[in-house]
Amino acid sequence: MDPILETRQLTHVYSPNTPFEHGALLGVDLAVYPGETLGIIGRTGSGKSTLIQHLNGLLKPTSGQVLLHGSDIWASKEATRAARFQVGLVFQYPEYQLFEETVYQDIAFGPKNMSLDKDEIDRRVREAAAFVELPEDVLQTSPFELSGGQKRRVAIAGVIAMEPSVLILDEPTAGLDPAGVERILANLQAYHNSKNATIIIVSHSMEEMARTVDRLVVIHNGAIPLQGAPGEVFAHESELENMGLGIPQITRVFHRLRAMGAEVDPSVYTVEQARRAILAALGKGAE
Amino acid sequence: MAIKDITLGQYFPGNTAIHRLDPRTKLLFTVLYMIALFLANGVVSYAVLVAVLALCVAISKISPSVLLRSMRAVLIIILITGILNLFYTPAGPGETPLVAFWIFRIYPAGVRAAAFMILRIALLISCTFLLTYTTSPILITDALESLLGPLKKIKVPVHELAMMMSIALRFIPTLVEETDKIMSAQKARGANFDTGNLLQRAKALVPLLVPLFISAFRRADELAVAMECRCYHGGEGRTKLRQLRFARSDYLVLLLGLVLCVGIFLLGRMGV
Amino acid sequence: METPIIKTEELRFSYTGAEGGTPLVLDGVDLEIAPGSFVAVLGHNGSGKSTLAKHLNAILLPAGGKVYVAGMDTAEEEKLLDIRRTVGMVFQNPDNQIVANVVEEDVAFAPENLGVPSEGIRKRVDEALKAVGMSEYATHAPHLLSGGQKQRVAIAGVIAMRPKCIVMDEPTAMLDPVGRQEVMETVKSLNRWYGMTVVLITHHMDEAAQAGRVVVMSQGKIILDGPPKAVFSRVDELEAVGLAAPDTVELCRQLNREGGLSLPLDCLDVETCAQALYSLLAQRQRA
Repeated sequence: MDPILETRQLTHVYSPNTPFEHGALLGVDLAVYPGETLGIIGRTGSGKSTLIQHLNGLLKPTSGQVLLHGSDIWASKEATRAARFQVGLVFQYPEYQLFEETVYQDIAFGPKNMSLDKDEIDRRVREAAAFVELPEDVLQTSPFELSGGQKRRVAIAGVIAMEPSVLILDEPTAGLDPAGVERILANLQAYHNSKNATIIIVSHSMEEMARTVDRLVVIHNGAIPLQGAPGEVFAHESELENMGLGIPQITRVFHRLRAMGAEVDPSVYTVEQARRAILAALGKGAE
Repeated sequence: MAIKDITLGQYFPGNTAIHRLDPRTKLLFTVLYMIALFLANGVVSYAVLVAVLALCVAISKISPSVLLRSMRAVLIIILITGILNLFYTPAGPGETPLVAFWIFRIYPAGVRAAAFMILRIALLISCTFLLTYTTSPILITDALESLLGPLKKIKVPVHELAMMMSIALRFIPTLVEETDKIMSAQKARGANFDTGNLLQRAKALVPLLVPLFISAFRRADELAVAMECRCYHGGEGRTKLRQLRFARSDYLVLLLGLVLCVGIFLLGRMGV
Repeated sequence: METPIIKTEELRFSYTGAEGGTPLVLDGVDLEIAPGSFVAVLGHNGSGKSTLAKHLNAILLPAGGKVYVAGMDTAEEEKLLDIRRTVGMVFQNPDNQIVANVVEEDVAFAPENLGVPSEGIRKRVDEALKAVGMSEYATHAPHLLSGGQKQRVAIAGVIAMRPKCIVMDEPTAMLDPVGRQEVMETVKSLNRWYGMTVVLITHHMDEAAQAGRVVVMSQGKIILDGPPKAVFSRVDELEAVGLAAPDTVELCRQLNREGGLSLPLDCLDVETCAQALYSLLAQRQRA
């Protein structure tokens, strides 16, 4: 399968030719495939924020390329602008970017910038609101009267309304309580399923990543030292720890069990998998 | 474009004799130097003032190129002032125009006035930059609060003003970073800040300014509560970690500043 | 018995003001906190936990009922400074708590307000920075520090008042895992080595599990109160109020339910969970 989004030898240097010069990305090759849910993990300052801002053309590579459907997004002004709309980017704490008088108008901001007609904008706003479970009556209220979790969902709807084929979210669940986290993850799943959209999630929570994504990419010091299915990536416990990253609690339990001498699968990373693995080991797996 | 690259009131930490001076001394000396600048009106006076500044720069170990570079920002103002002086200074007694074309006449007096004016502005800016380069903003604030202290008697809220100034200094980098972030977020939603006519551009700022103001108010609110939690209750009975204390060198520097002022005044009377 | 450092009696509060105001954010909270203890207050967003925190040093005053700090009624205005220097408060966003643009100047802020003489301030600043492990950053600019470091500076700024108790309102919500760990280590060492009473408001189960006592709030009321093991084993009640147990407990619960096992529901960490599972598997092998 051809990647929908790809970076080739992507390098980004901040403040070049000044004493503050530092490389944030050093020759990164990343391929994102259509319809997948990709997780990006890395410490603060690892280069992951810089990377995602290249994927929709907010930052221009110092060298290297970003390809969307195989063509360079910096080839022309139109290509860059098109990339902005096809690759939606939801920043960390997106509720702090709300500015319109009503929730409806705020969600409509992106579609309006795409110069769509009024009916199309209306359809998109309502559909996006539905994806994030915002009730109709909320649409005409001020976004500043909503609760923290609701604001976050309004902001996400604002990007979903642009109907991007790739949706990137930086720490979409940061600061939310468990119920709020579940809700956002379910909303994203709904968007993914109904539009067959590609989703990229950046997160610190390994547990959350473990049960959400198909594939994981680890960013460290501006490069990608590890990538693969969650089970494969989490098998590298000590390497991840050296990078200041952890692995899910459940995986740690299973690694510990193996160290004690139990015959269990080390690539387990969700509660569900763990339950099945233990039951199987007890001979109760057949049910 | 990165707003982050703009630096404001930059301070270069160091440990030279100038860095170590009491900030009040530096502030007062700068004021005295400025007074001297306005009293100067002859080649000798200016030569003395240039020499004094050059000496300070040398002691402070601030590279002269840094100082020159900071001058670039105000180059246009300096040039315009210079040109205006060049053309609009009337002839001195018995002078004939050096250059004359169309309605413009340049007299030797104009050249002199322009040169002095350019020098005066350049020195004025250099001495203030030197002050901020060698004194941390917080010390400048302390110095102002201390020097303006007597004004409290006539109900000028000196402490409050100083506190506001230091909080502003503290939050400039935070708000600059925030502006960058909101701008990126709105660009990701297709906002366009760089094209269009003046009206369109002004309108394009709404999605930036509204969140920025809301965030600034929220921060102010949270900061106020956090300050109260740390027992802030105005300037009354407040002590300071860093006590400003005059050393012998401070008195010496202030004395030199006074001598400089008087000296330039006398030179000025002599017209050199 | 020692005087509790904090005691609330029938505490009621609503943001609309008067006692009869609705909705009640705090609805009859009775809480006693013993000096030197480490108490976690757990609850979903909107459970009233942050509002409770703000009552503990008189930022908010009760609409009904009483709050006593070291025996002082928080409603007595002339005791305000004494109350605030007894119970310090750390908030979620470190950026909005740091007043000065040099670390040590910021830490000095509270002692300066208290009118401590200059040499005394210096001593307190050095002590406080040492207690949070930030001594080497004394002359740094706060905005250049990492999130975890900034939050430690904010903590130092509070302990420079030498309070008996420190209340933290979701101090790790905005931090990455490394920052969270830094802050949690600091909090634990303050409690253990400096005998400081700690009240930690959080919605992270793993943080609450590190406390000596967990208080769970929902709809303005305390619904569970006890040692972490006892509280977290009541998984169903936690789930009912939008919270979740740690994954290790959840795994044991699922195994009990699906496999007809009777594992204890108190394994809050990887090691205890692995031990419990290992003995289960070993039993099976012997049989």
